[in-house]
Amino acid sequence: MHFDPFIIPFNIGLYFILLYVVTRSVIWFRDLSRPDKLRLQRGFFGIAFGLSIKEIFMESLIHRKILKTNLRLGFMHMSLAFGWFLLIFFGTVEADIFGTKHLNAPYKAIFFRFFNPDHGRMGFEAAYGFLMDLILAFILSGLLLAVIKRFYSRIVGMRKTTRLKVTDRIALTSLWLIFPSRLLAESFTCGAYGTGSFLTGTLGHWLASFLPAQQMAYPFWWLYSISLGTFFVLLPVTRYMHIPTELFLIFMRNSGIRTGDKSGTYTEVQTYSCSSCGICIDTCQMNYSAGITNMQSAYLMKAIRNNGDVAALAENCLMCGRCDAKCPVGIELSPIRMIRRRAQEAENGIRNIYKGYFRSRQIIIPEKPGLSSNYDFLQEPEPEKADVLFFAGCMTHLTPSIKKSMIKILDASGLNYKFIDEQGGVCCGRPLMLAGQDKEARELINYNSQMIWKTGAHTLVTSCPICYKVFKESYYLDVEVLHHTQFIKMLIDDSSVKLNFIRKKVAYHSPCELGRGSGVFEDPKVVLSHISKLEKTNFEDENSLCCGGSLANIKLSSQNKNRIALDAVNELTRDNPDILATACPLCKKTFARVTGTRVADISELVAEALNTKVINKNCIRQLISVTEPANN
Amino acid sequence: MSKFGFSISQCRQIDYESNSRRIAEYIFENEPSFRLCIECGGCSATCTTGNLTDFSLRELNILIKRGENDKVRRNLNKCMLCGKCSLVCPRGVNTRNIIVMAKKAFQISD
Repeated sequence: MHFDPFIIPFNIGLYFILLYVVTRSVIWFRDLSRPDKLRLQRGFFGIAFGLSIKEIFMESLIHRKILKTNLRLGFMHMSLAFGWFLLIFFGTVEADIFGTKHLNAPYKAIFFRFFNPDHGRMGFEAAYGFLMDLILAFILSGLLLAVIKRFYSRIVGMRKTTRLKVTDRIALTSLWLIFPSRLLAESFTCGAYGTGSFLTGTLGHWLASFLPAQQMAYPFWWLYSISLGTFFVLLPVTRYMHIPTELFLIFMRNSGIRTGDKSGTYTEVQTYSCSSCGICIDTCQMNYSAGITNMQSAYLMKAIRNNGDVAALAENCLMCGRCDAKCPVGIELSPIRMIRRRAQEAENGIRNIYKGYFRSRQIIIPEKPGLSSNYDFLQEPEPEKADVLFFAGCMTHLTPSIKKSMIKILDASGLNYKFIDEQGGVCCGRPLMLAGQDKEARELINYNSQMIWKTGAHTLVTSCPICYKVFKESYYLDVEVLHHTQFIKMLIDDSSVKLNFIRKKVAYHSPCELGRGSGVFEDPKVVLSHISKLEKTNFEDENSLCCGGSLANIKLSSQNKNRIALDAVNELTRDNPDILATACPLCKKTFARVTGTRVADISELVAEALNTKVINKNCIRQLISVTEPANN
Repeated sequence: MSKFGFSISQCRQIDYESNSRRIAEYIFENEPSFRLCIECGGCSATCTTGNLTDFSLRELNILIKRGENDKVRRNLNKCMLCGKCSLVCPRGVNTRNIIVMAKKAFQISD
């Protein structure tokens, strides 16, 4: 037997999806920018190719990152992906070894039992049959978890699972049907012929005892083929598109392509690589504390894929970057969100008749150059010359204790410094950028750049991580930008200042913009452990929490901000530290509102520890010698 | 009169007939905390822009609510969205969203 009509749905699906993936990748490649094309070509003949193969195996099949964060969820994904891969791989080998000829059409491997029902009675054949049954059992165990997860997500340790659209549901159902129908089809065939291993053999034997196995098998082979075919045809319009797309993503990333600040092929590949696994939903503090469950990154990706209301989703986010750090696929979620924010009003989605299939990406019309300046009231800056500049930033002006402490530290350092926004300067431009208003932000950036340039300084110290990030990334300055924690660490390293030890337990909260945003994790902790007893919290480095006060979210109400702050502060002060230290005036202000624990910026603690009165030993001896005669 | 340090003041009559409350309605709908404002002026006192030029969020709030949109339109873009106002607000008004929503409302009505 070499052919049966039931294989037609499967073949249609398979060849459709192969053709589709090839066409799509050609379109994607064509739309890449020229440097990216070169990167890709170089990657193809370089080490990136090997790295990608390894990463595809570890991440797309084994799902190592999900296994690390959540064992049960990881097992569910692994059993379906890796199990299915093994089933196809060993199935093809089986058809090749035991089939009538070598190099068979794909359907021969998938429906091997149907065409070779008498196979697997003894010896090596039986052992191979055992292996195939084992793989099928492995997949079915994961499938069972997946089905339970849909209705009761806590079973795999997830608080929330992703909501699905209609096509996703149909595809999900057909995916769920694939493996049970294969099990039943194989079991009936095995039951009829008395073959099969521990799973299909036993089940088949039992079913054949009271059912006409020979007749029952055929419909299930049809069901198996139809569910496979349906799944393949629906793949491009559902979240399951991540299966082929992720391979491209891994290869592109290893070739050195990054998101950048414009929408393009790489952004689109990333959007399609999102599997809606829901890990971003669980890590999101807006979900955990404020109960907002419709704006997480998985939904943003879904909305971009489906031409949904992207603007509202993109705006409602703290941009803390927790989901970025946790995403098992490694999608650069925050940059994509920023692109969407910038595109808000200029966006113009093109819908064509092929709907989800060949929709070209949303074309973003660049904003028209503004007619007049918004900030023409700003005077030409005329600052004094200095070596080191201190830029406090808006938020530090609201927390005078940090400002005073920084002045004290700078005075003690003995550097020739200048406090450039002592009289209240101009905003750094980051809040406007986060709101997607790049043109306005650029005006402020130009103003500040001019001012910094005119002072002729070589170092710029800022005490606000929001300013730090924008100075570092979006200003074109030839000065060294330092956050005050880095600056203080430098002072400690070359012992310019002497610090006392504060006998207090301190927990450190890493601000989003400084930690995950700019990668400054260690310096603040070094400073803190130098002057106090620094204790570990459950939320260190990449996993640190957001205070909730983030300027990135314009929509969030103050009540919800307080809820997020309260939950975060409760987690951070679990071990009852004396002081909750942070490195951001905004975090300090947000936390101080909701907790009784003392919240202090690192600069305040350093200023407290500052040893200003250096007691001269000779001086003490003199005092003693003076008091002694008095006793006599 | 001006020689004595006085001048004839402008007419300060508010003509609700000719004013349009569309901008205010739009903001009320999209940012309900706008209603919580008690016009205490905390926002204006701390404002980064207000420190440098004639700009007051309190004034804008009052003008939007009265429907005197011309002056609002002229001043709205001066805001730098730095967010100090929302931190000092005793009523928890989401001030930055008011600015963004007002800009949007003007765009829609144009």
